[in-house]
Amino acid sequence: MADVNRGNRPLSPFMIGPYYKPQLTSVSSIMVRITGLVVFGLSVVIIAWLLAASASETVFAAVNPIVQSWFGDLVLLAGVWCLTYHVLGRLRHVVWDFGYCWNVKVSESLAVGMFVGATVVAGLTFIAFLAT
Amino acid sequence: MQRFLTDRKRATGLGSGRAGTEHHWQMLMSSLAVVIAAPVFFILFAVGLQRTYAEVLAWFGNPFVAITVAVTMVVILRHVMFEAIEAAEDYVHGTLGQLTIVGITWAAYLLMAVGLFALARMAL
Repeated sequence: MADVNRGNRPLSPFMIGPYYKPQLTSVSSIMVRITGLVVFGLSVVIIAWLLAASASETVFAAVNPIVQSWFGDLVLLAGVWCLTYHVLGRLRHVVWDFGYCWNVKVSESLAVGMFVGATVVAGLTFIAFLAT
Repeated sequence: MQRFLTDRKRATGLGSGRAGTEHHWQMLMSSLAVVIAAPVFFILFAVGLQRTYAEVLAWFGNPFVAITVAVTMVVILRHVMFEAIEAAEDYVHGTLGQLTIVGITWAAYLLMAVGLFALARMAL
C-alpha cells in the first residue's frame, strides 16, 4: 500500500465532444468559466480607461471616445452580461457546495435563471444608458 | 531500500496534493466576495463613466468611491485570476501550462497595480 503507483493509473478522459451530450447544467457551468475569462479580458478596457482618466485631459480625450463609441458600448454591455452571468453562476456553485439544489430540475431552472438574469441586467443597463 | 512513505503517512494529512480543501475553500470564499463586489463595482463605475473629464476626476477623487472601487476591483481581478488559472490547469499542460499560469498571474497583478495607481492618482 505504501508503494507509490508509478504507472498504469487510469486517466480521466476528456469527455467534451462525441462522448458527452451537452446538457443545460454542464453547458451553463462551462459558460461560467468562459464568462469569467471574458471578464478578465475586458478588465483591460476598464483599467485602460481609468489610467487614461488619471493621466491627463489630453489622454482622456483620446481614449474616452473609443470606450464611449457604439462599439465600446457594445463591448462594455457584453462585459455587463458576462459579469452578471458569472456572478449568478458562481452563486449557484456556492449553493451547490452548501448542499442545496442537488436536483436536476432545480439545477436546470437555475441555469435558465442565470441566462435570463444576466440578460435582464444587461437590458436594464442598456435602457439606463439610453435614458442618460 | 527503506520506505520513507509509510501507510499512515499516505492515509493521513492533507491528501496527495498536501493542500487539502484549501483551494476549494479559497474559490468558495472568492465566489461569495465577488457576488458582493461585482454589483458594487458595476454601479460605482457606471455612474462615473458617461461624464466630462472634470466630473470623472471629482467622482473617482471621492475617497469613498476611490477606496470602494479599488477594493472591489482587486476582489474581482483576483477571482478571475483564479478562474483563468483553473482553466489553464485543465486545458494547458506541461511546460506551456506552467508558463501560462505564470503569465496569467503576472497579467492579473499588473492590472491590479495599474488600476490602483490610476485610482490613487485621481484621488490624491
